[in-house]
Amino acid sequence: MIASTNPAMHPHTHEAVDHAEHEHVALPQHRHHFETEEQQREAGSFGMWLFLLTEIMFFGGMFFAYLLYRNWYYPAFTVASNQLNVPEGAINTVILITSGFFMALGVWAAEVRKKGLLVIMLILTTVFGLAFLGVKADEYHEKYELHHIPGASFSTAMFTNPAAFGLKEEPLAPDMAQHTEIFFFLYFAMTGMHALHMIIGIVILFWLTWRAHRGEFSSGYVAPIENFGLYWHFVDIVWLFLFPLLYLINRHPLS
Amino acid sequence: MAHETYHDPSNVTNPEHADHHIVSPLQYCMVFGTLLLGTAITVLAAYKDMGWLNPVIALGIASFKAVVVILFFMHVKYQSKLIKMTVAAGFFTFIVLITMTLSDYMSRAWGMW
Repeated sequence: MIASTNPAMHPHTHEAVDHAEHEHVALPQHRHHFETEEQQREAGSFGMWLFLLTEIMFFGGMFFAYLLYRNWYYPAFTVASNQLNVPEGAINTVILITSGFFMALGVWAAEVRKKGLLVIMLILTTVFGLAFLGVKADEYHEKYELHHIPGASFSTAMFTNPAAFGLKEEPLAPDMAQHTEIFFFLYFAMTGMHALHMIIGIVILFWLTWRAHRGEFSSGYVAPIENFGLYWHFVDIVWLFLFPLLYLINRHPLS
Repeated sequence: MAHETYHDPSNVTNPEHADHHIVSPLQYCMVFGTLLLGTAITVLAAYKDMGWLNPVIALGIASFKAVVVILFFMHVKYQSKLIKMTVAAGFFTFIVLITMTLSDYMSRAWGMW
């Protein structure tokens, strides 16, 4: 019979699989319900990506709210946006890209089983992540001093009477100036959620660094490093859109 | 022929996910340089008055940077078709949601507030 000579026709069990073409990996982290290490690895990446897709939808809702309100209250959104600190935002973009770069090198170090290098890369990732949060905190403090945090102490004075603050912006009518609060609400909601993701990421980084130091990821088992890398790069991407949308695109309003 | 219709339930006899690629540090350095360059261009472009092109250019550069991060830092370029399809489906669904919601808003009272 043809079927008996064709390996693909055998009932698919562990015993039936030809070990020459399907070598079982003897690593302790290889779970028995996966046929190969690569299959396990792909299942992990697949699951991580599904999680990241829900994150796209989560941040996407806020991006959409920003798109809509910016069209509705365009004059308020442009002048409010111009009060953001572009140099600090740009520096933070560079800091975050650098952090992501070291994370990527960390994944590489784990793949080539260099334990010391992996630990150093994870620490550098953490340091630049903390630097980002530090600059962000300084920006938030600036908003506090300017009464630009939505709530009881929010003030539209800078937008109804910009000349008194040395600004060259056109003054807004009081009702339109009210809507600058929506801009700052979305600014804090979006950058705040992004910062929360980074804080969670940094906590996980401490844990991963400790495990990497114990040598858990330098003998062929890189899934936790790789999947955390996906998360960290995703958070990077969110900022790559937040920075131009919040800080940059409103500097030359259409009249 | 029976074996032509054989379905390999756990994708073992002909696994398409078998190739495992390690992205080299040199590639990561080039991606890093590209991202820094993109950041510099987007900041400089923001200070130039190009009318309606300003947001278009800013979003174009951001999208380019995001694609570079996804392809290389996140290794999607070297992943199986399953992962590529998953990532593409996510962004596609997001664009569909944005388009449908926007068309709803724009067809009701756009410009009348």
